[in-house]
Amino acid sequence: MPNAEKKNRAELMDFDRALELFEPVLGFEVHVELNTKTKMFCGCANEFGSGANTNTCPTCLGLPGGLPQVNKKALESSIRLGLALGCEIAEHSRFARKNYFYPDTAKNFQTSQYDDPICHDGSITIELESGRLVTVEIERAHMEDDAGKLTHMGGATGRIQGADYSLVDYNRGGVPLVEIVTQMIEGAEHDAPEIGKTYVAAIREIAKALGVSNARMEEGNVRCDANVSLRPRGSNVLGTRTETKNVNSLRSVERAVRYEIQRQAAVLSGGGTITQETRHWHEDTGITSAGRPKSDADDYRYFPEPDLLPMAPSREWVEELRLTLPEPPAARRKRLQAAWGFVNLEFQDVVNSDLLDAVEATVAAGASAQAARKWWTGEIARLANVAGVAADSLVTPVQLAALIQLVEAGTLTDRLARQVLEGVIAGEGTPVEVVESRGLAVVSDDGPLIAAIDAALLGQPDVLAKIRGGKPQAAGAVIGAVMKAMHGQADAARVRVLVLERAQAIE
Amino acid sequence: MPYLTKLSAAALSELLVSKQVSAVEATRAHLDHITAVDTDLHAFLHVAGDAALNNAAKIDARRAADEPLHPLAGVPIAIKDVLATQDMPTTAGSRILEGWVPPYDATVVARLRAAGLILLGKTNMDEFAMGSSTEHSAYGVTRNPWDRDRIPGGSGGGSAAAVASYQAPLALGSDTGGSIRQPAAVTGSVGVKPTYGGVSRYGAIALASSLDQVGPVSRSVYDAALLHDVIGGHDPLDSTSLTDSWPSMAAAAREGLQDGALKGVRVGVIKELSGDGFQAGVTQRFNETLALLAAAGAEITEVSAPNFEYAVAAYYLILPAEASSNLARFDSVRFGIRVNPKNGSLTSEHVMSATREAGFGAEVKRRIILGTYALSAGYYDAYYGSAQKVRTLIQRDFAAAFSQVDVLMSPSAPTTAFKFGEKLADPMAMYLNDVTTIPANLAGVPGMSIPIGLAPEDGLPVGLQIMAPAKADARLYTVGAAIEQLLETSWGHTMLSQAPALTPTEMFASEEGAV
Repeated sequence: MPNAEKKNRAELMDFDRALELFEPVLGFEVHVELNTKTKMFCGCANEFGSGANTNTCPTCLGLPGGLPQVNKKALESSIRLGLALGCEIAEHSRFARKNYFYPDTAKNFQTSQYDDPICHDGSITIELESGRLVTVEIERAHMEDDAGKLTHMGGATGRIQGADYSLVDYNRGGVPLVEIVTQMIEGAEHDAPEIGKTYVAAIREIAKALGVSNARMEEGNVRCDANVSLRPRGSNVLGTRTETKNVNSLRSVERAVRYEIQRQAAVLSGGGTITQETRHWHEDTGITSAGRPKSDADDYRYFPEPDLLPMAPSREWVEELRLTLPEPPAARRKRLQAAWGFVNLEFQDVVNSDLLDAVEATVAAGASAQAARKWWTGEIARLANVAGVAADSLVTPVQLAALIQLVEAGTLTDRLARQVLEGVIAGEGTPVEVVESRGLAVVSDDGPLIAAIDAALLGQPDVLAKIRGGKPQAAGAVIGAVMKAMHGQADAARVRVLVLERAQAIE
Repeated sequence: MPYLTKLSAAALSELLVSKQVSAVEATRAHLDHITAVDTDLHAFLHVAGDAALNNAAKIDARRAADEPLHPLAGVPIAIKDVLATQDMPTTAGSRILEGWVPPYDATVVARLRAAGLILLGKTNMDEFAMGSSTEHSAYGVTRNPWDRDRIPGGSGGGSAAAVASYQAPLALGSDTGGSIRQPAAVTGSVGVKPTYGGVSRYGAIALASSLDQVGPVSRSVYDAALLHDVIGGHDPLDSTSLTDSWPSMAAAAREGLQDGALKGVRVGVIKELSGDGFQAGVTQRFNETLALLAAAGAEITEVSAPNFEYAVAAYYLILPAEASSNLARFDSVRFGIRVNPKNGSLTSEHVMSATREAGFGAEVKRRIILGTYALSAGYYDAYYGSAQKVRTLIQRDFAAAFSQVDVLMSPSAPTTAFKFGEKLADPMAMYLNDVTTIPANLAGVPGMSIPIGLAPEDGLPVGLQIMAPAKADARLYTVGAAIEQLLETSWGHTMLSQAPALTPTEMFASEEGAV
């Protein structure tokens, strides 16, 4: 470990001990990147992975004379997200400029919202693994534009410190974001880390269910800033908070909250004070390090954006949008688990693998729930893992349902079905087409099978004698030989029945 | 054919349409005149001679092929350097944008090109339109054609001087607190600030977004109307652009030429925009004009706008506040000059700082500092917040006045053109020069300045400001054209025809090649 990181690694207090002495108070700011076709304030494509600075125009590059226009779809998505979070939708809302200089911010101000956010005063209830229900109050959800992306070149770490120069790509500049800000979360106690993880997971799930965001944390579609402070037991006074920025996986949210609780507890117990600051989360080492000091008096010189008119979404429109909301993800999960009859472990496996949609669609296409679950979380997940892609990108639910039906009809054994699946993934066609083109169907005409069995029995007279002598368990050796001779294209159970029959019948 | 430069845009348009004059001839005449007089006047920062002649030739070819063309196709025009032009440098009069050629055209520029007007070049201005004299240009002053020792007004001194000295029949300006109307007044030309939202701001380098408006500069009310009709109307790229459909301003101006156009027009004279601080000759010509109007059947009444008193103070909080944010983007990262710090490391912060230090002039820095302060936490309510309340009060003053009268009138500026350097050392004196024009920007209503004679004491032009309710720009053109006709009939000539002849002192140098 480099010296600098050793120095950064703070002393930590045992988590349980920290909870004995202090009460953690949490707050989260989650940025959700909307998946609109174009950017928040101009007609440039909102696209991940294009060539650097190709999705740009005078407006999102902040060129002199450029002016913003509000993307109506982004407004609609923001309202739907707010409604799904139980928020009030403001009758009058406006944008404000947040002024600060940074090279990734083309205009050197962010077009955000300040005193009139589009959504406010909502809440969602999340369920922890213990079954504990926690209601998280949402203070506001507001619209803003994203910054460009800086890449620091020449240094060893890729960080700005030690870099020779930096490159900036404004493709992300101007991409629409909704920032969701919670109220203070008190009473989290030992569940604090899990609350962080579960809350962010819930936001991500809601955004995905609404279709307003691709909601992929690994691509930065959902980013979390975690605020943590500790209050000594018995005190009414809030402690000083830190804001750990850009914690970009669910597991990291949990780890970062836990780390900050343990770190702050150690500092406070040692007679130290917590500095109000932003902190960086280091995924590799699992620690946070000090960023820039942050005070409540940080002066962004907010003022209403004069280039945009105030917005007044009509109540009729808001109610129309409310009708488009999908079933809340938590309610949907309850309904599906009951319908499928999965035990908790089975259902969690599906949820954690992000395969709820896939299983649901497969069942809808005619497969049994258990078979759909086994295939998605078993063989398909394994293949996806090997290929490094998402399971639901390999096959469609309709293809899988067809495959499962072939197995259930006895046309394929599980082993053959895995080969058919490979063929489907390789693009050879539907399961039925692969069965035909690869000649993989279970042989159901007993003629060739009986010939193979007879040959195998005659080839092993000692075994034949044992079966005839009343030891049917000896049949295993013959069954193996028959399956081999049939290249596996036989139903082992059927072979067993026929072997016992033929052992009595042949001369 | 030097006479071509003396023609109005309307007259030139007739000759072009009837093919008595070609666009190339018209363009060449203006370019020659620019060569003759502008080394001295310095109205232009950039002259695009070759491009202008090429574009003129294309118009001639299209006209020869009897393609349907806009009547103004082939008429030359000058563009204030605050407007983005993709084939010409665009500096806004600032060192920080020296040599910058935008990758796009402002919407108004695109509309001019679509109508076939010939862009002659870019005109001088106070840096980022901050000033009332064009002395704050990073590229040197522009001289007033009436008196070369005097300012041409500002910030659009270049456009006004270009039109007043016959270097172009038309020009575009931008008006945040009077930058079209005050230069028009002190150069004896016509300038119009349209209703806020009436003309697109897309591609106009922003000074104060809630106040800026692009508008026409010309030598006659009718020419301004023709130009207004080309540039006006909704633009989806500007969110503050009005979606209303507009009547023809040219038709409105023609209405003003009918007999009895002024009969029964209710004219409000703003009590607060008179008296102390107004030059005697300005007041005299203003009162004479009112008498002429009354004789023509207009009903003159005095109206009070009690909150105009606070307009300049509110304006000098709102403008710097918005400007401090609008000018943040000038940071060397994506466009414009880049200056590395003499000492210290080349961090983006240091380079931004060194670039802004070297690239911005003193007046720009003064206003950025003012605006940054006014928006700061703890001061916002007292400064920016209060200024916005004043703005509301001024809008109410206008509403109350327009419930009694059709148009409001005042002198366009308290004085005639002052001498170079006279107000440079005293920013407050410079700011107060805009006392007459600022209220219209704060309220978003349209305003026009037309020449009404020369002040007896100095022989310099005096302007009349006419204001109408928001969206009633057409009324300005009707009333303005009527007054213009009335005055010219009483004088027996246009006012600009009385301007001293410009000596083409530099002609030999330019013909033989400049050293």
